[in-house]
Amino acid sequence: MVAVFVGFGLLIGTLFGFFGMGGSFLVTPALLVMGYPSTVAVGSGLAFVFGTSVIGALRHRDHGQVDYKLAAIMTVAMTIGIEGGKSVVFFLEATGMADLIINVAYVGLLAAVGLLTLRDAWSDDDDTETSSDLADRVQSIHIPPMVTLRGGVRVSGTIIFAVGLVIGVLSGFLGVGGGFLLMPAMMYGLGVPAAIAVGTDILQITISGAFGAFTYAQSGSVALPVVAFLLVGSALGARVGAGATNLVDEDEIKGYFAAMLLAGSLAVASNKLGTVYGIDLLNTLSTVLIFGAALLVSGAVVLAAVCRLRNDRTGTWCRLTTS
Amino acid sequence: MFGLENLSGSAQAVATVGVVLAEAFALYLAYGLLSNTVGATVIDALGGD
Repeated sequence: MVAVFVGFGLLIGTLFGFFGMGGSFLVTPALLVMGYPSTVAVGSGLAFVFGTSVIGALRHRDHGQVDYKLAAIMTVAMTIGIEGGKSVVFFLEATGMADLIINVAYVGLLAAVGLLTLRDAWSDDDDTETSSDLADRVQSIHIPPMVTLRGGVRVSGTIIFAVGLVIGVLSGFLGVGGGFLLMPAMMYGLGVPAAIAVGTDILQITISGAFGAFTYAQSGSVALPVVAFLLVGSALGARVGAGATNLVDEDEIKGYFAAMLLAGSLAVASNKLGTVYGIDLLNTLSTVLIFGAALLVSGAVVLAAVCRLRNDRTGTWCRLTTS
Repeated sequence: MFGLENLSGSAQAVATVGVVLAEAFALYLAYGLLSNTVGATVIDALGGD
């Protein structure tokens, strides 16, 4: 069992170091499948995300891929936004519509962000200009205070705050960390380079993960031995994933990110339909989709990085990851 | 296993977050040392040199 946790941690750490997301998204369902109570699964998932993101953030800092100003503004705005999102959930619970609306919104958002990212990754150079139009327009709005970010990006601090607030509301509403929204918002909305968006996203996740782990640990809902073994694997994986962001092209990062989101969207939809209609096959499909996508995508990330190291774009396996 | 069960709620939470943070730092340093020692050899081997 120790080897399973360490191996699983390695897989998740690679994805997390590369994308800045995918921690609790994968750990919590895995612990639920293993029979842990839901509060322990969520609490341990958050503690694991906190530990892994500390390592990931330190690693990205070594590569100069963390923007502290951006992380600070986003953290404050998201914290306020999350409280707003929770209020929306309480309101919906009173109407009895919370589960349906939250699940539909979650699946829709994952799919929409996944498709947007996939379109951008597949578009040629001319089309890429269209996708950067939004960032150009945002950067041309001069609402003070103007903030200069890493990568030479200059953007309004007020707009960064507003973006963080909206993501915070969505995070609080959906009950998720928000990494899958924060990274594309920084890349497409603010024009932050992909590697810096990932590094900054991970720092923000460290802060929110610590708070989440603290909350669950107060009621003893963190399985520390499980977290400890997962971290042994993920610490190594986070190094591999963060190192790979320096080797693999930005557009390839976007392609893998889109694949993860679309698989996640299908998995959540399948899981909810399976639960509502009592179809076990759909629940199994959901588990296979989540873990299959994690295994395939982390394998592709490592393979793409090795191909870059070898400067190989023509080998059979390398062509699969560079096309 | 970690002996935190006897602590009160908030103390247990602080200790849990502290243990995870300490392990993360220890692993970061340990793998960093490992990376400095054998990293170049592994990258050369993967790069086909």
